[in-house]
Amino acid sequence: MTLAIDRNDPAITAHADLYRREMAAKRLQTLLAAAIFLACVVLAAIGSEVDPGKFAANAWRFPKYILETMPTLRFATFGADLKEWYWGLNGWLKLLWQTLLIAYIGTVLGAVGGFLLCFTAASNLGRSIEPRWATRRFLEFCRTVPEIVFALIFVIAFGLGPLPGVLAIAIHTMGAMGKLFSEVVENIDMKPVDGLTATGAGWWQTIRFAVVPQVLSNFASYALLRFEINVRGASIMGFVGAGGIGQDLIEAIRKFYFTDVSAILLLIIVTVMLIDYGTERLRHALLSLEHGK
Amino acid sequence: MTLALSAPDRAALIARHKTAIDGSLKTKLSTIAVVGGLVGLFLYGLTTLETSLWKIIAGFANLGTFVVLMLPPDPGSFARAIIFVKALFETIAIAFLGTILAAILAFPLGFLAAKNVVANRVVHFLARRSMDTVRGVDALIWALIWVNVVGLGPFAGMLAIMTSDLGAFGKLFSEAIESVDRKPVEGVASVGGGKLHEIRFGLIPQVLPVIASQVLYYIESNTRSSTIIGIVGAGGIGLYLAETIRTLEWQQVSFLILLVLAAVTAIDFLSNKLRFAIIGKRAV
Repeated sequence: MTLAIDRNDPAITAHADLYRREMAAKRLQTLLAAAIFLACVVLAAIGSEVDPGKFAANAWRFPKYILETMPTLRFATFGADLKEWYWGLNGWLKLLWQTLLIAYIGTVLGAVGGFLLCFTAASNLGRSIEPRWATRRFLEFCRTVPEIVFALIFVIAFGLGPLPGVLAIAIHTMGAMGKLFSEVVENIDMKPVDGLTATGAGWWQTIRFAVVPQVLSNFASYALLRFEINVRGASIMGFVGAGGIGQDLIEAIRKFYFTDVSAILLLIIVTVMLIDYGTERLRHALLSLEHGK
Repeated sequence: MTLALSAPDRAALIARHKTAIDGSLKTKLSTIAVVGGLVGLFLYGLTTLETSLWKIIAGFANLGTFVVLMLPPDPGSFARAIIFVKALFETIAIAFLGTILAAILAFPLGFLAAKNVVANRVVHFLARRSMDTVRGVDALIWALIWVNVVGLGPFAGMLAIMTSDLGAFGKLFSEAIESVDRKPVEGVASVGGGKLHEIRFGLIPQVLPVIASQVLYYIESNTRSSTIIGIVGAGGIGLYLAETIRTLEWQQVSFLILLVLAAVTAIDFLSNKLRFAIIGKRAV
């Protein structure tokens, strides 16, 4: 038995034609998308003043810069060299600790704010639409304006120091967490809510006993993730005078204290990695708690 | 007929389910310890960070005046408005091109860092750690470094966005590659395809939609970050934002913030549309 196809069969020719036409249409669509994409790239290249010549001429400065920031560490005098490299360790550690505190307090304040607002913003709990709309727009505003812009404004309002940094991070965190929290709330099991409503519980009681127990571990996990992001954010708050290690970093970069740049950057990177690692473990523990493992 | 519970019945019920109602002592103690620790650290932080109540109240009073001064948003003059819109275009260009270039560069790196493509543990470890290091440095710091290399201007900003995204994309791509279905790859291998064939026909069709949606998401979030790199002189609207805030031209500040908000919202909307077009109506 053969499976030969009769090429003259009109049904098959029609089918093949249709296939060819659809493929041609799809190819045209892909081509069009590629053309639009390329046009965007060219436009963006013009907009961001991309200059391959300049890049080629100056590219050697990048490895040079990185090399210059490297300290001279000789094997024979390793301890002394290390000491010279990290000459400002005490001051930097203090600033780093301040950075962590800024991130922590900003996260706590932002999480509390997000917690209070997320129930109003969630579409399955709110009763009327106006407060929900207003809350959502407010949260959007808080997370769309970059935190460093808030920090710039707050530095003028509150004076130099860590306080504007804390507030800037808190506001940004509130915007981001309010949204994430409200999405968690929207995904809850509504049966406990119905149950409590049936017994005559008010809005607050429903939230306290039907919603919060379901979402708490998820909230905590998001707050941890946010803390990690905020440590990164707090490390640059010093650029605009809002406290933390960024203050010394920007000074070192601007004044070309090369080895200081690498020393401080390394400190920040190690801290961020340690916090990454720690929060990830905690989050996994929290999420498995959620699944009742 | 009433459904009220008699007092002894109620007491018996409570006694029977005592553990369910009260919870175990251990959980209670650990909850108290954790919450106490968190609150303690919070209070300690508040005191060490010189946050006096007066300072906060005075600051908020100041903020109130600024907000009043910000209204209505006004670019100052028509010429200024043109400059601002041009800067906004520069910002979007920086974000777009930086993200695209980072994605192109990170694409091969992602394969290098994926366990199921390159099985060598040393390569895997080195690729992952170097990407972590690149990612650990904020875009603003990269911008400062690139300003030292190619000089002030949007080109430095574009390079900064590219570098900081390289780390993020490398990690995300390698994770996407690691979570693919092995069956298409084995299928390609079973008909005699080589290693490159496996990647081209077995892996890439699976990861491309995921990668495309991540790149789109990053373009959006980079529009936000590229609004600020102008603060260190790396081009875009951030330069004007920092300048107008420092010179206390509050109406222009609010105009700039509104511009940024509008741009981010528009890009948000567009990229959402495109993402759903690429991956279908499902969450990633």
